Order: sequence, then C-alpha cells, then structure tokens
Amino acid sequence: MNTKFDVIVIGGGHAGTEAAAAAARLGSRTALLTHRADTIGEMSCNPAIGGLGKGHLVREIDALDGLMARAADRAGIQFRLLNRSKGPAVRGPRAQADRKLYRQGIQSAIADQSNLTVVAGAAYGLELRDGRVTGVICEDGRMFCCSAVVLTTGTFLNGVIHIGDRRIPAGRHGEPPSRGLSEQLTAAGLNLGRLKTGTPARLDGRTIAWNRLEEQRGDADPVPFSFLTSSIETPQVSCYITHTTTEGHRLIRDNMHRSPLYSGQIEGVGPRYCPSIEDKVQRFQDKGSHQVFLEPEGLDDDTVYPNGISTSLPEDVQERFIRSMPGLEEVVIKRWGYAIEYDYVDPRGLTAALEVKKLPGLFLAGQINGTTGYEEAAAQGLVAGANAARKVVGQSPLVLDRCSAYIGVMIDDLVTRGVAEPYRMFTSRAEYRLSLRADNADLRLTPIGIAAGLVGGPRQAAFRAREDAVRGGLDLVRSLTLSSAKAARKGLKVNQDGLRRSALDLLGMPEIGWSGVIRLWPQLQELRPDVVEALEAEALYAGYLQRQEADIAAVRKEEQLALPSGLDYAAMPSLSAELRQKLAAVRPATLGQAARIDGMTPAALAVVLGHVRRHGRQSAA
Amino acid sequence: MTATYTIYALSSGAGRSGVAVIRISGPSVATLLGEFTGTLPAPRDFALRSIRDPSSGEVLDKGIAVWLPAPRSFTGEDCAELHLHGSPAVVSAVLDALGTFAGVRPAEAGEFTRRAFLNGKMDLVEVEGLADLLEARTANQRRQAFRQMSGLASGIIEAWRRQLLLIRADIEAAVDFADEPGVAEEAAAGIDARISLLLAEISAAVEASAVAEVVRDGVRVVLAGRPNTGKSSLLNAMARRDAAIVSDVPGTTRDSIEVSLDIHGVPVVLTDTAGLRTEASDAVEEEGIRRSLQRISEADIVIWIWSPDVEGSADPIDHVPDIIVRCKSDLSSGLSRNECSDTGLSISTRTGEGIPLFIEHLSALLRRRYGVVESSVLVSARQVSAARSSIRFLNDALKTPSGHLELKAEEIQRVSDEISRLTGRIGVEEWLGTIFSRFCIGK
Repeated sequence: MNTKFDVIVIGGGHAGTEAAAAAARLGSRTALLTHRADTIGEMSCNPAIGGLGKGHLVREIDALDGLMARAADRAGIQFRLLNRSKGPAVRGPRAQADRKLYRQGIQSAIADQSNLTVVAGAAYGLELRDGRVTGVICEDGRMFCCSAVVLTTGTFLNGVIHIGDRRIPAGRHGEPPSRGLSEQLTAAGLNLGRLKTGTPARLDGRTIAWNRLEEQRGDADPVPFSFLTSSIETPQVSCYITHTTTEGHRLIRDNMHRSPLYSGQIEGVGPRYCPSIEDKVQRFQDKGSHQVFLEPEGLDDDTVYPNGISTSLPEDVQERFIRSMPGLEEVVIKRWGYAIEYDYVDPRGLTAALEVKKLPGLFLAGQINGTTGYEEAAAQGLVAGANAARKVVGQSPLVLDRCSAYIGVMIDDLVTRGVAEPYRMFTSRAEYRLSLRADNADLRLTPIGIAAGLVGGPRQAAFRAREDAVRGGLDLVRSLTLSSAKAARKGLKVNQDGLRRSALDLLGMPEIGWSGVIRLWPQLQELRPDVVEALEAEALYAGYLQRQEADIAAVRKEEQLALPSGLDYAAMPSLSAELRQKLAAVRPATLGQAARIDGMTPAALAVVLGHVRRHGRQSAA
Repeated sequence: MTATYTIYALSSGAGRSGVAVIRISGPSVATLLGEFTGTLPAPRDFALRSIRDPSSGEVLDKGIAVWLPAPRSFTGEDCAELHLHGSPAVVSAVLDALGTFAGVRPAEAGEFTRRAFLNGKMDLVEVEGLADLLEARTANQRRQAFRQMSGLASGIIEAWRRQLLLIRADIEAAVDFADEPGVAEEAAAGIDARISLLLAEISAAVEASAVAEVVRDGVRVVLAGRPNTGKSSLLNAMARRDAAIVSDVPGTTRDSIEVSLDIHGVPVVLTDTAGLRTEASDAVEEEGIRRSLQRISEADIVIWIWSPDVEGSADPIDHVPDIIVRCKSDLSSGLSRNECSDTGLSISTRTGEGIPLFIEHLSALLRRRYGVVESSVLVSARQVSAARSSIRFLNDALKTPSGHLELKAEEIQRVSDEISRLTGRIGVEEWLGTIFSRFCIGK
C-alpha cells in the first residue's frame, strides 16, 4: 500500500470529507484516514442539513464545488425554505435528510474522486520534524508520510459521553475516542479547552401514535441546495409535532441532581442555542410546555429523532420523561440520549487559512476549532483541505473575507475572537448580509473557486450559463424604461416627477413587484426563475447595497495592510496590558483583523501601525 | 481607493470658544466645500465665505474656508477646514448639514490620525504622541463627563443603547430563529412599538436640549422701548451697578449693553437697547436702532418698557413683548394705558417701588419656560448630531416594507452606529445573549 501522500486528512465526518475532496480536486495526492470507511459522511446528531445561516454555508460550499449540497439534495426527504415571507437575504434552505442516503451520497463522491485514497485506521499521532508536520502515525503502527495534515477530530478528541453518573470514553455512540493527539497539540504550545454538546434519545417510529400528532409538511415545491440540482427526486415525507408536559417537567426537576450537567460532572461549555431539556426546564420555568419535533431518520428506517429534548439524564428518567409526551406513551427507545465532552483548540492559534501558526503544515477544521454543526464543519473542511493542497505546491492561501462569504465571516470570527461556546452560524453574524445571499452564492464564489482550481468542468459550464443569464436579465430590466406619466396611465402609483423608471426600479417597489413588471413588459416572462430571483433581490436591495459598497471598500483597505508576523506587541508600552495580551494571542494578519479584536481602540490601532512602519524600516535595513 | 467615507469632526474643543474649526477629509471634500461655500477657494488660502446650509440655502455663518487638496494635507487625502464662530448653535448646524450627505459621516476617535498614517503622513514618534493625546483626551473626557454631566446625558444615551439592543435582538430573533416554535411571532410583535418609543424619547431629548442650550448660554432677555423710558435705569437697578450710562437725554444708549445675571438660578443675559424711534438724530443712533431691532428679534424674552412721560411709549413695536412694564411710577400719571395694567407691573427705579414684584414675575416666566432641565438633556453638539441622525434612521426603519425585517435591521444598525459613537459598540454577541436570555431557543 502507498504510504506517501501530499495531504492526509484525519477524520471522515463533514469537515474531513470536504477537506479530502477539496485537496484532491486541487491535484494533491490525498489520503482520508478514518476509523471505519462505512461511517464516512455519518450524521451523528440531527438528521437535517441547512437552516438560517447554515443554508447559506451549504450554498457556498456548493459554489466551490464541495460535496454537501449535492448529497443533501439526494438525501433530502423534507425540504423547507425558511423565512420564505421575508427578504431573499435571510431565506435559508433546510432539509430533513435520510441518514443512509446522505452517507451514501458522500461515500460515492469520495469513491469517485480521483487522487483520493480512503485509509481505515485510527490516528495515534503526528510525525513532526523541525517544527513541521511530516506524517501521521496510526495506532496499529503504520506510518504515512505527507507534507500537510488536516485534522478533523469532531468530538473524538478525549471524548467522554455522560449518561446520568456514568462516564464512557467515546468519540460518539459506540466508537472509541482519540487520545494521543491532545497531548501532542498541547506540547506544541496550543491552548486546548473543553466543550460540551448533547443529543436526544432515538425512538422506534413503529411504537408512536402518529394519528394523534400534528403533522408538519415540507414545501410543495422543494428548493434544492445545489446550483447543479434541477429538481428533487427523492420521495418527501412529513414530520410530526408533540410537546412536553408539566408532568414531564416535574419529573426532570425531581431528578435534576442526577443530571451530570447539574451535578458538576460536566465542565465543558455547551451551546446556548441548543440547550438540553434540563436547561430548558430550569431556565424557562414559566413555560409549561415545549414543542418537540419528531423527525424521521430515513425512508426505510423506523428511527425517529425527537428534536428539542437532548439530555444526559439517566436512562430510567429519559424513558419516563419521553413517555409523558402525547403520542409517545408506548414508545420504545432505540438508543439513549447523552452529553459528550471533547477537547477543542483555541482557534486564535490559527491563520485565516486554518493552519496552526505554531505547527506549519497542520490544518484544523470542524468541531476541533470550537464550532458546532455539520455545515460549519464542512465549510471549514473545504477551506482547510484547499489550503493544505495549496501549501504543498507553495501557493498562497485561499482566504475568503467577511465581505464575500459567510465562510469568511465564520473563519474570521474564529481566528480573531476565539470561542466561548460552540460556534454556530447565524445570518446576523454577517454585517454584509444583504449581499451575502444564498441565491447568489455561486455568483460570489464560483469565480474564486474556478481561479483556485477547485471547480470541475461540469459546474464551470453550468455556472457560465447562469452568469450570462443573470447578467443578461439585469441588462434587460435596466434597459426597459417607462415615464412617470405612462406609469400612471397603466395604473401604477409612482411619483409624477417626470422621471423615467426602469423595470429594475419598478421591481424594487414592493407594491409593484414582479407581477406588476411582467404586466408592463410581457417579454420578461421568458426569463428563468433563478434569474428572476436574482433580479428581485438586486432591485429590493439596490439602495442598501450601494451604501454597503462604501463600507466594504473601507474594510478591504484595512485588510490590505498586512501586519508582520514578528511584530513584538510586548514592546508597545502605550498599549494596555490587556490589549497587548490579546494581540499576542491572535497575532492578527492584517490591520483589519486587529481592528476586530474585542476592546481594540482607534488609538491602539495607531500605535500598532506605528510599529509596523518601524518594523518595515528595520527589516529593510 | 475610490469608495471610502468622507469624515468630519469638530477639531477645536467642544463647547463655547472664540473660533471653532471643523475638519473634513475624504473624497467628497471638494463637492462639500462647493455646496457649503459656493466656489472652491484657491488651495491653501484662507478664504472668507458665507457658509450656507446646502439644502435650505440659509446662511449659517460667515467664516474662513481652507481647501487642502491631496496629497499635501493633514491626512494625505483631500481635506478642508471651516473656521466658524464658536457658538455651539452654529457648529451644530454645520455638523448636522454635513451629516446629511451620503458617504459622509462623523470621524471616529483617532480616524484622522489613522488615515494620515495609512497615507504615510506621519511617523512613529508622531503617532505615539498623538495616541497618548487621544488616550488622554478620552480619559479627560470621561472625567469631564463625570464632572459636567454628572451622569446626565450618559445615562439617557446608555438607556437608548439598551433599547436599541432589545430592538435588534427582537429583529434578529425573528430572522434567525424563524424555525423555533413561537419565537419569531413573539419577537416580531413589538418591534415597531419599541422603535416608535425610542424615536419619541430621542426626539424629546433633542427638544429638551435646545431649551437647555438656551439656558447654558444664558436666556437672552432684552429691554426694549421708546427712548428715555427708563430701560437703562431698570438694567442698572437689576444689575445693582452702573453697567449702563443713565442720563436724562433721550437716546443716550447708542448701542446695546449686556449684563449677565442669575435670576433665581436661571442664567440670564440682560440686554439694554437703544430706544426705538422713527427719526434718529444721527447715523450713530440709526445704527443703534438697527442693532436694537436685531437684538429684539434674537431675544428669548422681550420686556417692553414704557413711561407715562414719553408720548406713545405704551404701544409696543410690532414684536409682541413677553412682559410690559410701566416705569417711573413715582411720576404722576399723565398718560395711561389700560391694556398695560393687565400685568399690573409698575415700577420706580428711583424709589425701588415695584422692582421685587417685577423680578418675581420675570423669574416665574423663566422657570416656566426654561426651568425644565431634566436628565433627558444632550450636552454636546456631537450628541445632538448623533441623536438627529438617529431620528432620521428610526423613521426610515418604521417605513421599511412589511415583512422585510432584514431591511429594518439595516436601519437599526445605522442608529447603532450613531449611538455607538457616543457609547459602546453593540456587537453580535451582545444581541445573541439578549435573545438567548429572552427566548427559549433550541427545538
């Protein structure tokens, strides 16, 4: 067997698969090292992809020719476009996924990818030479050489599962944790911390009284994730809704002392937006009931995921609590809920390329960087894999900035501000949210992907066609104009100011909209639906986007000013001790990044700039 | 770089000073100078210009305009300086007018320095020095804030910041947690009501600060009347010193004379004016009368003084006075006027009769009009300017098309940008924290 690779990716989850595929797309001889080949692409927690902010990430991954969107389109059994009634910038595609179909989709993409070898095995440690990563050592003693490693450990790094007072060392249900790597990372000077997440019990759908529950259907016209998917072929199913009861809440309160969350057994910080049922009952005592969504895990799988009741209470309490909910009185539990604690690395030790500053050649992606969620992991994986491959051939890193992608927002947040709880994407994290839309992810990012060599031939062709169609559509609606007098004759309410208005202007008026515009110019009906969608967004946001351009230009100007990595922050006496410490921890790559550090003041930035100048003079001398 | 903001700031100290200098830097400077001063002055010249409000055409001040084209300027960009009369009203009017232009906004602390440095206009020593200065200034400002405002304006601005945070949290909860049961509905329900409430509070504060500004500068009380009715004597009696020359020759006060008084806690600038008559005896008196009329039109309170021994003096000029006083009550009333007895104010500066009653009357009026110095008062022109812009953006936020919360968020962000210039920034973690404490998120 080949033991020499350019890039080795450790971990076969959402980060690992995107990393391996991206590195291989760029031509690196890539190995994907994972415990078991048959769990590649596993959805360990909820059977859903996308959502608000997350759906944007999936579209961006797709724009860069990643795997997640296409696998989700194949596996999606209930699609819902969230915020359909709000503006296009905050609409988020989401789908319940058949876990088996999703896994198969990812596994077949990995199998079809050239330059990519799957290696089954457990990583024991990294081989380091002269402070660089040169290979990976497996628990069974095998050695693989490489120039770069992408580490995607998920919850496996010193993972410990908690159920009641039991502690089970595990990476996830039924799989052993990864132990040696943490010590090695700590020894290399990285800061490690503990985070916590949880998952609910899984139910046997055959024992649920479905006829007594409220049905939640998906959209009648499923909107796919991928720009390459024309329609959804997989059969669609419904979810069902039940709710917790006061009796169930009492049960939890009576047994709170048996939850490792409240007994002090768990020290890791959990996400506030994904609280356990213990937390919900404790923190929102005035709420007598919480909705619980019963989500099917697959078309030919009876397993049901009860969304909203993750827990680490002991089994007997879990069972009694779940059976206190309407429709679940007789339910059989297939697997118990649990909390899991795992190690993460303070992401402020990474560059924007997701490379460890203190260990060149080592890239980190996914939960190891303090994030949560499949989409967040996959997006980082793609960037880390691409940058590992670029590093091998001496190319400069691929960095997406905050102004061009949610991926850029996320990575900048991670490496600049670090994390205090598992990091999840929200649309409100993106200051240029109106321009970073799910509908234009390809227009924003596919050209960057093509230039980087990440995008294959079929997508390039599809993209060119769509780009031409959108551009043509924009030209058309700008060229069709109408005087205010004529608009009035047509029954439109516009100011009688004598100005000519374009179809784009009229489209931007909510009371006219697309239906009004095609009445005036029937030829516009020929435009493709995706083009219409793009035009509507452009028209609605025109004024705001113009204003954001000035903001973006200002941000980019500061991004252009690189700060030397050797800048000695300790030698800047006019900075406060706190800022010196933060700057030294983050080592910002640009003035813009320095400006985004918490507590940074304009005066402090001026001082940093001054030292850059002096540093430059000394280096030149 | 082409698209960047043009920034401006009052670069002389805040408050009253002889001359106020407003500094502007950025790509729109030439346009702005043209809009405010008519034509662009020759580079690096001190040009005396009328400075007009570009939207209304109203003359705001007469001052010096300096045009410093790039790169030979403080920041290395196109720059301008406007040297104005140091009245807070003038300065705030010009700052307000600047703020209405697209792509033009108030400078952040240290922003001129940062731009200068980016354009290679300063070296390390200078920057270090300026940085110290900036830090010192902020520290000093903080001390001043404690001393002068004693937590007045900072308290109300902090309250606005909290309300903005709640508004933003509601908007983002409705946007980002639309799939959480019940959250979006509950969050979206109160957004416009909260915005309207904040709008009302900020508007009230801007109005209150206009009143407060009058008080800070002293309420302008003008004594007006025909010549020789006893205005100067009254001023002297009130000031208890001979601030005005008092004589029996009609038309002695050729120009206006001011004294600063404290009337039961309200600062007053009391102005004695030249007596008004149609036939001035000479050019000097004519000029005096012209000035009197100007003082009367600028006054906050006009007191009409008449005397029974001056014919026609009981009929005020067209400006309706706030108080009418009959002087020389010690003279036997040759002439009288019924309407004037409404106030019942009749005084004699010679005997002192009626003066305490008159002062009591004036004081009651002052307290009624200017006694409302509440905690809702903005202190600096900067605060007023930020509040005015906030009012504009809050109105825009109320006008966004229904359902489009993402547009409301953009307008609220603009308000936050304004308020955060006065207080701390409102960051994403802060509104997420508010959302998670208010709503049970995590289905």
